[in-house]
Amino acid sequence: MPALGADMATGKVVEWLVKSGDHVKRGDVVAVVETHKGAIDVECFLAGIIEPVAPLGAELPVGAVLAHVHGDRESETAAAMPPPPAPTARSAQTLAAMMTAPAVAAASRTEAPVTPPGAAARARVSPAARRRAAESRIDPDTLAGSGGDGAVILVDVEAAIAARAASPRTTRGGFDPVLMRQAIATAMSRSKREIPHYYLAETVPMRRALDWLRETNLERPVTERLLPAVLLIKAVALALREFPELNGWLENDAFRASPAAHVGVAISLRGGGLVAPALHDVTDKPLARLMRELADLVRRSRTGGLRSSELTAPSVTVTNLGDQGVQAVWGVIYPPQVALVGFGGIADRPWVDDGAIVPMPIVTATLAADHRASDGHRGALFLARLRDLLQHPDTL
Amino acid sequence: MSTTNAGLRESLAAAAAGGAGASAPLRLTYREACKQALRDALRADPRTFVMGEDVGKYGGCYGVTKGLLDEFGPERIVDTPLAENGFTGVGIGAAVAGLRPIVEIMTCNFSLLALDQIVNSATKLAHMSGGQFAVPLVIRMATGGGRQLAAQHSHSLEGWFAHIPGLKVLVPATVEDARFMLAAALADPNPVLIFEHIVLYNTEGDLDPGITAVDIERAKLRRPGRDVSLVTYGNSLPKCLAAADQLAADGIDAEVIDLRVLRPLDMATVVASLRRTRRVVIVDEGWKSGSISAEIAARLAEDSLYELDAPIRRVCSREVPVPYAAHLEEAALPRVDDIVAAARALQPRKA
Repeated sequence: MPALGADMATGKVVEWLVKSGDHVKRGDVVAVVETHKGAIDVECFLAGIIEPVAPLGAELPVGAVLAHVHGDRESETAAAMPPPPAPTARSAQTLAAMMTAPAVAAASRTEAPVTPPGAAARARVSPAARRRAAESRIDPDTLAGSGGDGAVILVDVEAAIAARAASPRTTRGGFDPVLMRQAIATAMSRSKREIPHYYLAETVPMRRALDWLRETNLERPVTERLLPAVLLIKAVALALREFPELNGWLENDAFRASPAAHVGVAISLRGGGLVAPALHDVTDKPLARLMRELADLVRRSRTGGLRSSELTAPSVTVTNLGDQGVQAVWGVIYPPQVALVGFGGIADRPWVDDGAIVPMPIVTATLAADHRASDGHRGALFLARLRDLLQHPDTL
Repeated sequence: MSTTNAGLRESLAAAAAGGAGASAPLRLTYREACKQALRDALRADPRTFVMGEDVGKYGGCYGVTKGLLDEFGPERIVDTPLAENGFTGVGIGAAVAGLRPIVEIMTCNFSLLALDQIVNSATKLAHMSGGQFAVPLVIRMATGGGRQLAAQHSHSLEGWFAHIPGLKVLVPATVEDARFMLAAALADPNPVLIFEHIVLYNTEGDLDPGITAVDIERAKLRRPGRDVSLVTYGNSLPKCLAAADQLAADGIDAEVIDLRVLRPLDMATVVASLRRTRRVVIVDEGWKSGSISAEIAARLAEDSLYELDAPIRRVCSREVPVPYAAHLEEAALPRVDDIVAAARALQPRKA
């Protein structure tokens, strides 16, 4: 069972798309797994003959074997998903909860204890309670502890089991808004607790970009017209090439730069919550293709069919709240990523150009970055680079 | 050391008479239980004799052997010089030669003088002779503090001996165990140490007339409970039972386990208790560092971690030489209040 985000603890196979004896190759979708993010298509990362073993409908912990793949070299290997951003020590962090306004709000409401970076204390859960919780697929970190020292103890887990039994969830393949809210809260609390954020903002003139978009869209079929969002995402990816310290994952006090820009795009869901699946290898893809992929990603986020690799891959996140009309968004980094780039709405504002005040469409680009991985000076250079790239839209 | 044929016949006759006619009093002191055990052993087996400092004419430093010299004579109740290394060695030699010596070391504090005999000879002869020599030696020692005997007469060193392979270490805490552990120890072909707590000698307890023997292998549940296991031995047993009474008044149902034997440890009984209560306080009059309580805690952590619903706690003696002044001595040894506080701290907060 792959960890589809740092906060996923369990999942349920709802459909096998292969049968025993089928040949599979790397990247094939082999099963549909239901999580609090909805139904996710799980890809296989091995080649060989597959033998599914996970029963349909059973809630399995992350790490459980779903299938065996008999390959040429390795006789039997558990079909493991590569954990690009490997789930961190805390089993509870999850949620592909990428952030945007709802997550920001959720995090700011959380009274996170002040903890030095890298020294986040593990929640107190008694060994017996931890074992019982694991057996029952309950995340003990979400429970209130009634132990003498505040620890979560057996009675707390038993109470949670009883409560769950009393109100069985009916998710029916969709995501559970309550679970998703919990997961977002967990991930964002961890982010605010562990990550020393710094924030920078830059005002980016968008006249050239919008003019260019208008012109190029005139030449494109309606189905291939570009939105400003795709320009912004591409520009972020290109700018990151020179700032690897903003593009990767920080785990166990060690930063790992991503070899490519897999940009997580925060997508809000009807009914609340959000996911931030990845557009892979944004740097190398033309705008038209990115536009198609973005539209597909939004559709699948809302209707189901996200792929496991899309949830685990993001090396940076972009959130765009322009449609809501806000001026700027100060993001909460989705751990273990180290940066989040936010865009507010594009709006006409007075602009001083060569001594004259002129109307100018502008957008406020912000950077929330992890001070353990980068410093404000580099962050400022990144935003400046992003601004400059957007002045030359034809090169994007 | 040997018995004459006449002495042997006399002993057998006495044993027969005693066995048939005497009915054990229902209530007796721990000291009396120890004495009856010795008398039984001396009557039952002519190879048995008692040896130690002041065990004869004086009747034993703690009065356990009072009267035995008159009853069994100087060949079987042997006063020795103040020379633990020497007379413990004599005991080992007698055991190897076929007798069943019961050596009394006045207090375990003095057993340090006999450590070489106990650790290097008694426990190793069977091993180093390829099984040719057994050492069926029993050593009784007084242990513990609480009677203002100060720093050289008050310590609890049974945990040290529990470190040594080849020894059995018995810690009778009840009148019943004081009465019957000796026979089991004598039946064992290897050296057995019995630690009698000096505070227990004057305590009284009931003896079930139906019981005539005990094992020296199992820990014993002395009080059932659901909320916390108090694991203890020796004079800490009555303290734990008193603590359990206090806890019961607060609605905390404490279980009390009497280890009875420190080597080999009966962890199965301890773990079974832990499975019931999920919480454990180990109460040990030894110092905490490197103690038998540390060993028990380590084994629980190694083998039973997932049974625990709260951290393991220990109540031990303060890490100082036991003071002479009564209030300081009392403060240095495990107290009922300490046990109550430790057990209470492990309980869930009231909803």
